[in-house]
Amino acid sequence: MLHTLAVLVENHPGVLIRVAGLFARRGYNIDSLTVCMTEDPDVSRMTIVVNGDEQVIEQVRNQLSKLVIVHTVTDLTAQSVVDRELALVRVEVSAETRSVVLQTVDVFRGRVVDMGRSNITIELTGDIAKIDAFVHAIRPYGLLELVRTGKIAILRSEV
Amino acid sequence: MSKEKTGLTGAGILLKALQQEGVDVLFGYPGGVLLPMYDALLDSPIRHVLTRHEQGAVFAADGYARVSGKVGVCLATSGPGATNVVTGVANAYLDSIPLVVMTGQVSTSSLGTDSFQEVDIIGITLPITKHSYLVKDPRELPRIIKEAFYIARTGRPGPVLIDLPRDVLAQVNVEPFPSDMKLKGYKVFGRGNNGKIEEVVKALSESRKPVLYAGGGVVTAGAEGVVRQLTEIANLPVVTTLMGIGSLPFGHPNLLGMVGMHGTVTANYAVDDCDLLIAVGVRFDDRVTSGLGHRFATKAKVIHIDIDPVEISKVVKTHIQIVGDARLVLEEMLDVLPGFTVPLVADWWKQLRVWKNDHSLSYDLDRLTPQMVIEGVGKFADENTIITTDVGQHQMWVAQCYPTVNPRNYATSCGLGAMGYGLPAAVGAQIARPDALVILITGDGSLQMTMQELATMAQNKLPIKIILLNNGVLGMVRQLQKTFCEGRYNQIQLDGNPNFVKIAEAYGILGIQVDSVEQVQSALAAAIKHPGPVLVDFTISPDEAVLPFVPPGNEITDMIVR
Ligand SMILES: Cc1ncc(C[n+]2csc(CCOP(=O)(O)OP(=O)(O)O)c2C)c(N)n1
Repeated sequence: MLHTLAVLVENHPGVLIRVAGLFARRGYNIDSLTVCMTEDPDVSRMTIVVNGDEQVIEQVRNQLSKLVIVHTVTDLTAQSVVDRELALVRVEVSAETRSVVLQTVDVFRGRVVDMGRSNITIELTGDIAKIDAFVHAIRPYGLLELVRTGKIAILRSEV
Repeated sequence: MSKEKTGLTGAGILLKALQQEGVDVLFGYPGGVLLPMYDALLDSPIRHVLTRHEQGAVFAADGYARVSGKVGVCLATSGPGATNVVTGVANAYLDSIPLVVMTGQVSTSSLGTDSFQEVDIIGITLPITKHSYLVKDPRELPRIIKEAFYIARTGRPGPVLIDLPRDVLAQVNVEPFPSDMKLKGYKVFGRGNNGKIEEVVKALSESRKPVLYAGGGVVTAGAEGVVRQLTEIANLPVVTTLMGIGSLPFGHPNLLGMVGMHGTVTANYAVDDCDLLIAVGVRFDDRVTSGLGHRFATKAKVIHIDIDPVEISKVVKTHIQIVGDARLVLEEMLDVLPGFTVPLVADWWKQLRVWKNDHSLSYDLDRLTPQMVIEGVGKFADENTIITTDVGQHQMWVAQCYPTVNPRNYATSCGLGAMGYGLPAAVGAQIARPDALVILITGDGSLQMTMQELATMAQNKLPIKIILLNNGVLGMVRQLQKTFCEGRYNQIQLDGNPNFVKIAEAYGILGIQVDSVEQVQSALAAAIKHPGPVLVDFTISPDEAVLPFVPPGNEITDMIVR
């Protein structure tokens, strides 16, 4: 099963390799990984989507926590979170397909951010499932290039 | 913050910081980028021991750490000096030994340009260090050194590497930043989740066939005293790992011996048959479980006590887990124990005694056997005597029949199984404890891996006694080829062996040759009595086997015994 881990790490060079090396060495499967700055300039946040059963995930969490440069590891999977991914998608368009492609973009609430002679580039945000669905829908028209940021996630605040 | 000029170089600041940590000796080997370091060392009270290879330096630091309980420190130059320490770093990592390993590095301005003697030693050692630092600003040295020692010795100990660019060491008039540690992400577990102590003691009280399985974590925590108390109060049978030898003194009636691949029959049967396994400071290594974690102690409720959460449920499914320091956790068990009845183990002991009687370790007395030599050495040992070993058959024979009474008096390469460990480790041990009798028990293959350290021994007048069990072959590999390759021996014959007695003499070390049973006692007596270093070369047969032996992949009860 896929788990989403929020990992707060020190903001230093060399931190990413420690995390990536751990995953490679122990044979854990990374589905996606994002790293970005946070509100605290000394701390970066990694959002790691990793595949494994309960025992593997427990090991991943413990191994990550053991790294000196890791401050906290939170498994967001069972929690109430807002998660998003951003995708940029370049699609081939012709006179015949242009309108149906644009309709599809509309249905998924995407935005056209660039337009060439024979292709358009679409920006789309949403959860993983929505982006997967959009890619699936658009592929038959000629998917030229796909760039995804990987998932980022934040806990919902209590109401 | 100190604002006044210290007049110190980066290297000077570094050495001050080492002194702050109580470092009295470092093992090292110089090189170009370390010139500022060796210059500053002339003005420092810290003793530098020059080994003859950087692997010798790191193994010596490891031996020093094991027998003193302190952090071992070593120093190597950039490039080849740094790559030469890699084996020793891996050794310390796998056995959780606290080391601070310092490597020289090219100047910060040359980093990343493949300049002369530049290697990315941090990258190379990433998977085998607890943590590492590349120092880019000498003002950070006091903090980094403090953190490095703290990380190396606390929690589950391990090696910390500090890479020191030449310009960082050479910079003059350094005004250091304060040494306050910044370790937000580093957690150390102490007493542990002790809500479970009662549960553990209850399980013990209800058990009819308990076994305590003790490993290196007992030694690290200094828990051997509590292990003994608990053992005696509850009349617990105890098995140990190679790392855990000495957790209960050799000869103690409750000790069943080592468990696993070359464990005793009784220990392996007991673990297989027990209804409660209290695993303390162990990691269910494949040398113990035979790589069959799921078929290990299957009849037992398994309690796992370890300071490293990563070890919990890594290999074996356990029933009660306590993350904490072995000594603190066992002490809490002792506190709770009086509220419960002690387990009824009389029948269990009856069974254990039957196994013990049927399968005691024994050897011939009419020819020169390795066991005879090792037991002979044991007769000369007092409670302060330190044994180091190399890797191979002789290491297992020592584990089986040398009377280790104190785990801090015993240093051997366990997790890595690195041949060449023994001699430099003996050097480190003798320097840590100058008054102790230090004995190296080694093989002719292993000794030749780091034999150049005889010079370090000679130069520092270290009265180490070297017991060489010389079978003329790589015995352990030969035994494996005999068993698994139908005796198709290949590349195990050490025909080019030198005359070891003459080698010793060439270094000014007393050499004694022993070829017969009659000479064993007198040679050992002469060696121990001699005030200086000695090498005694015992000729043994290449056909001596280490038994019992669980072939890899067999369950631990499925042993070759004859
Ligand atoms: C550095 C290293 N290389 C190879 C091995 C594989 N190995 C394990 S035991 C052994 C033979 C050791 O021979 P010796 O030191 O003579 O001891 P003996 O087994 O004969 O007692 C070898 C080659 C090892 N453990 N370490």
